[in-house]
Amino acid sequence: MRLAGARGWRRVSPVLAAGLLVMWLLLNQTLAPGQFAVGLVLAVALAWWSATLRPLRSTLHRVDLAAGLLARVLADILRSNVNVARIVLGLVGGRRIRSGFVSIPLDLRDPHGQAALAAIVTCTPGTVWVDLDPDTNVLTLHVLDLRDDADWIRVIKGRYEPALRGIFE
Amino acid sequence: MTATLPAWAALPAIVLLVCGGLLTAIGSFGLLRLPDFYARMHPPTMGTTLGAGCILLASMAISSGLLGRPVIHEILITVFVVMTAPVTAMLLVRAARYRGTRQQKQP
Repeated sequence: MRLAGARGWRRVSPVLAAGLLVMWLLLNQTLAPGQFAVGLVLAVALAWWSATLRPLRSTLHRVDLAAGLLARVLADILRSNVNVARIVLGLVGGRRIRSGFVSIPLDLRDPHGQAALAAIVTCTPGTVWVDLDPDTNVLTLHVLDLRDDADWIRVIKGRYEPALRGIFE
Repeated sequence: MTATLPAWAALPAIVLLVCGGLLTAIGSFGLLRLPDFYARMHPPTMGTTLGAGCILLASMAISSGLLGRPVIHEILITVFVVMTAPVTAMLLVRAARYRGTRQQKQP
């Protein structure tokens, strides 16, 4: 992570430009050389212009960890969809559902990693990211079905945080 | 559209559309049914994750079946939803915290 203020070609984030190019090709559903060229010009230009909007640059490290993380997140989203559906329909065997806030101390410091964690947590039904204390790095979550705080600390710190730290730090 | 949809695309699409529709409906029902603001944040997420995912997969199957070539650009919708939905959810939940919304009694 380094502060922006990069000039010339260094303003262009290669990852952002590559992502924009892939998006362009997918939107046009083509691999034709003409569209590839248009997409490449657009991607580089947009990445260059948007550099001013991004106060922090990120560097990716262990990108190989992303596949495992993605699989885990998809499995968790699937499972929590079923759990939340059961709670809404009342199919919980008469158990009282208690929801509440959980505080989790994070070791993940990279803002891009934290943003990714926020997206993961909020996209999973049953958990919403509420706040992250910038001084203590303590994350507050709201959990719909809160049986034990330790379960959620284990999920965040065990399943997501190591991979995110590997990718972003 | 005169082209007929082959069975290998139609059958999974039917299952996926029914699942996606049910999940989204249950999610919206949960918004009505759950007791307080914070609890109500959770069920609609079903519609934007697995619900939308099922419907987009069905769309991929139907388009691929009709056009006879793989159609996968629906995946972009998933990417955009995953990037934008948390922003509104966090804005709502933080606004509620800021205004000091009291949690109502549990049923």
